[in-house]
Amino acid sequence: MWDYTDKVKDHFLNPRNVGSIENADAVGEVGSLACGDALKLFIKLDDKKERIVDARFQTFGCGSAIASSSALTEMVKGKTLDEALQITNQEIADFLGGLPEEKMHCSVMGQEALEVAIAKYRGVAVPKHDHEHDEAGMEGEIVCKCFGLTDVFLKKVIASNKLHTAEQVTHFTKAGGACGGCIPKIKALIAEVMGEEKKAEEKKPGKLTNMRKMQLIQETLENEVRPQLWADGGDLELIDIDGGKVQIAFRKACAGCASSGFTAKFVEQKLRELVADDITVEEVQG
Amino acid sequence: MKEIYLDNNATTRVDEAVFEEMRPYFCELYGNPSSMHFFGGQVQKKVDEARSRVAALLGALPEEIIFTACGTESDNAAIRSALEVFPEKRHIITTRVEHPAVLTLCRNLTKKGYRVTELNVDNAGRLDLDELKSAIDDNTAIVSVMYANNETGVIFPVEEVAAIAKEKGALFHTDAVQAVGKIPLNMASSSIDMLSLSGHKLHAPKGIGVLYLRKGVPFRPFMVGGHQERNRRAGTESTSSIIALGKACELAATSMDDENTRVKAMRDRLEKELLAIIPDARINGGGADRLPNTASVAFEFVEGEAILLLLSEKGICASSGSACTSGSLEPSHVLRAMGVPFTCAHGSIRFSLSRFTTDDDIDAVIRELPPIVKRLRDMSPFGR
Ligand SMILES: Cc1ncc(COP(=O)(O)O)c(C=O)c1O
Ligand code: FES
Repeated sequence: MWDYTDKVKDHFLNPRNVGSIENADAVGEVGSLACGDALKLFIKLDDKKERIVDARFQTFGCGSAIASSSALTEMVKGKTLDEALQITNQEIADFLGGLPEEKMHCSVMGQEALEVAIAKYRGVAVPKHDHEHDEAGMEGEIVCKCFGLTDVFLKKVIASNKLHTAEQVTHFTKAGGACGGCIPKIKALIAEVMGEEKKAEEKKPGKLTNMRKMQLIQETLENEVRPQLWADGGDLELIDIDGGKVQIAFRKACAGCASSGFTAKFVEQKLRELVADDITVEEVQG
Repeated sequence: MKEIYLDNNATTRVDEAVFEEMRPYFCELYGNPSSMHFFGGQVQKKVDEARSRVAALLGALPEEIIFTACGTESDNAAIRSALEVFPEKRHIITTRVEHPAVLTLCRNLTKKGYRVTELNVDNAGRLDLDELKSAIDDNTAIVSVMYANNETGVIFPVEEVAAIAKEKGALFHTDAVQAVGKIPLNMASSSIDMLSLSGHKLHAPKGIGVLYLRKGVPFRPFMVGGHQERNRRAGTESTSSIIALGKACELAATSMDDENTRVKAMRDRLEKELLAIIPDARINGGGADRLPNTASVAFEFVEGEAILLLLSEKGICASSGSACTSGSLEPSHVLRAMGVPFTCAHGSIRFSLSRFTTDDDIDAVIRELPPIVKRLRDMSPFGR
């Protein structure tokens, strides 16, 4: 059954502002047939070219894609372009009383179309995704080939929605949802964004308390390290933490694996990157 | 709202007669068939009768029937057994279009060091037997190829596949969950070693399945514990469900003709009229041998979930190979494997009929669907 709010259903069954605008001031197009959803947004400005007086959409996509497009057009009307740019994908979802997490990419698509439309109108580059209409400048490098998504775009969505798993990134952007080939890169991007945030938040004040450090080590092993080992049929167990010394034992495919020394180094790097510089990792037989 | 139920490949209504048959085995005849007393013994007799009824539908021997908890368990048990029977063989052959019950298992096994070949299909969903012949070798432990596809209804030539497997000394398993009850099967004249079926696809309740295991084929049980099912599947029998499945198989045998005449005619009419009214539509697997009850129709330039939601508003229950309904974002792996173009893989709808489907149900779809597709196309930026 669909887990849609009444508001989503209403905007899907009775979408507002369907259609196009002749002589639109700004048009933003994102998505494609291959991706399974696409949105073309038309914006008309007032005579002074300040405020949005009309917005219309054409959408190919699922129920929540249509509802998100409808919501977006309602939300932008009456706003200046700068005000409209402040709209986040979360606000589009909130306007609809929330979206199921797997459908958050629909709200992201709305926000993106708006950004593309305004950027094109102003003639500036945008961190956008796209296969088919990439004539407007595209920042960054393609990370997800299947959906044509760049690192700049993904990092922005990861940071603004505080995403911390690859699965969430898929729900919000679709990246990783098709062939899955980009998932390791997505994980690296998450680590990068989290690392930047951690540095900003935690490394500055200097030393972590011992309690906090142990907690962070455990969290990092659970969320960052073990899932990667599972993917290769391996696993590890945390044996002990003594100050900066972390003892681990390898399990399953990792146990006795010739490259486990390498894996231990990988774990150490991860912990140094995400927790503290003075960590050393030691492999023990446990 | 009265439902118009056209999603019988997902699950079926329990036949009233099936329900009546199982009803006493909850509050009155609740004995354990393994018990020594008369009270359990009378249940054992009914379980035996059910086993014979299932065997009769398959043209099998009663002792070749192992009751399991579902189709998925039967699939897992068959494949895992073959790997244990041939510990030195590290190769599995299956197809790209299997149900996840087989495909996920096989893909997980690659992480355990097994080599898995997933056979391709052509645009009509047909298997290429030459590809199988070149993939199979002495290292192949098992070939698992479904009897009929759940999304498109396409039927595979499993007897030919079984013969090729046999020649190479590999075991052959078929997931016949969608075939049993819809088309006649006869294990007595077959080379199939193992076959899976699931009760809820043929008007028995959910949570009961069967693994057919040909007499003489080596087997290692998936579930171990007590001596039930001749040590081949431990766990106290789900007596009421087994008895229900027995009745359902008996009824399936008597309605097999109806399924292949009246039901098929309704399916054919549905396809023909939809294609006549709706432009840019096609039948997935239309060029292949198919189950009589399944229609998978692709509509270009629309997205399946949106169609399903609007159909659901009209009380019509169908399903789609759309990525957006399944949580994954890749459109159905079956349609992708068939090379269905992206323009319509996202907009494919499956209607699956049963003997309870009526002409009125079909009329409702023919009436309601064309305006829905038109409405969504009018809303789309691709201008169709
Ligand atoms: C082809 C096929 N195999 C296996 C299954 C799984 O059966 P069950 O739901 O009984 O586990 C299904 C049903 O969804 C199916 O269609
Ligand atoms: S590259 Fe991202 S899903 Fe295929």
